[in-house]
Amino acid sequence: MNVPKDLRYTKTHEWVRQEEDVLVVGITDFAQSQLSDLTYVELPSTGDKVEAGDELAVLESVKAASDVYAPVRGTIVEVNDQLTDSPELINTDPFGDGWMFKLEPENPSDVEGLLDSDQYEESIPEE
Amino acid sequence: MQKQTPLYDNHAALGARMAPFAGWDMPIQYAGILAEHEHTRTRASLFDTCHMGEFEISGPGAEADLDRLLTQNVATIKMNQCRYGFLLKEDGGVIDDLTCYRLGPDRFFLVVNAGTLAADAEWIQSHLSPDTTFSDMSPTMAKLDVQGPDSRAETEKALGRSLPDLKFFYCAEWEIDGIPCLISRTGYTGEWGYEFYFPAEAAARIWEKLLAPGAIKPAGLGARDTLRLEVGYPLYGHELGPDRTPVAAVNGLFMDTNKDFIGRAAVLRDLEEGVPEKLTALRLETKRAARAGDTVIHGDEPVGAVTSGSLAPSLNVAVALAYVRSDLSEPGQKLEVETRGKRLPAEITELPFYKDGTARRKPKP
Repeated sequence: MNVPKDLRYTKTHEWVRQEEDVLVVGITDFAQSQLSDLTYVELPSTGDKVEAGDELAVLESVKAASDVYAPVRGTIVEVNDQLTDSPELINTDPFGDGWMFKLEPENPSDVEGLLDSDQYEESIPEE
Repeated sequence: MQKQTPLYDNHAALGARMAPFAGWDMPIQYAGILAEHEHTRTRASLFDTCHMGEFEISGPGAEADLDRLLTQNVATIKMNQCRYGFLLKEDGGVIDDLTCYRLGPDRFFLVVNAGTLAADAEWIQSHLSPDTTFSDMSPTMAKLDVQGPDSRAETEKALGRSLPDLKFFYCAEWEIDGIPCLISRTGYTGEWGYEFYFPAEAAARIWEKLLAPGAIKPAGLGARDTLRLEVGYPLYGHELGPDRTPVAAVNGLFMDTNKDFIGRAAVLRDLEEGVPEKLTALRLETKRAARAGDTVIHGDEPVGAVTSGSLAPSLNVAVALAYVRSDLSEPGQKLEVETRGKRLPAEITELPFYKDGTARRKPKP
């Protein structure tokens, strides 16, 4: 299972990459493999103000739907519109082209409270 | 503890994702539901359906007993023909949906759902004449389905011999490498295909032989469900159950009311007086799916419930089956489905959703 060292994580399987003042958010390789083939993605809107833990996006696979949560408090500044037509990007490249949205955190230090890669790896159930 | 089919080790070796289904640990997917669905629609796939139940019923009174138990006409099933229908309670509620094969003048074979097997066996046995023999073959019988337009050619290549010419819903007693095998041209995908029944100890050998050339690929219960949903086949526990007659799901199909059968009075009542809700085929507007249990809404009024729903991979749009108030159940009716707090527009359409299935094609020369 791929868990890049340079990212931060949540217990609900989002990853967060710091890019200057903005956080790029997606779901982890573990999460995409559990969901399997994604068929539909509902994204938040640019400008949405969110609290940590808010349900921000919906991911659907053939079998079920699941939520994606805001990792920290902030404002959505960009969403990955490519996912609307190509939700499978999340399956094929969860940490790259499968990114979901960019969020400007209200408190930049909040990201320090997220899991590091070792902590996240420990939280993943053994297969 | 879930039961394992004789192919459990094969599934593990293929890296299948397993999940409980009707008391069995079953493969849900191998390569992925979408890929397996597509391969079944365009080529051929192999499904482990060993969880399903098989009964053999024989004796001089078997035909009359089954005609009284089942909604389909059993007396007119020809030798080596099979016919789909229902096992009903007195009140018309569905105990199971099943296929009845005639293997002789006094010998029949029933294929039933895994989850209902025990109840079916008890009900059937309690309604047989003393000289009719009931045998539950399920513990020692394997079942494999090959489904898809290339099923015949690729099965013949894999087995190195020709398959018998079979019309849709006909069967033959056959053999594979000396192993006795019942083969029928039936299935649950809407595609041309076969169901094979044979002794469980041969399951791994035949499974491996069918997959060896590589053209036939394994498919799991996930794809089996999207394939059957696209052609509108009902699934027991979703579209069929003990609380209503099959009339709301299939109108008068698969039921011969010119003969007597248990539950006939309730079926006739529903056919004559109508039913409050009918099973409808909903086409949504996007790939966002409605799911079983979601409420169907007209205006602001709840008017029904979804029984099955997902993306229809061959149509690239979400579809659902739903029981809807009868006055709103005609094709063209616009409705909404509430799923996870959001309303999705839907329109009633005609079944099947997917119209290019090859199941009923004439046998190739």
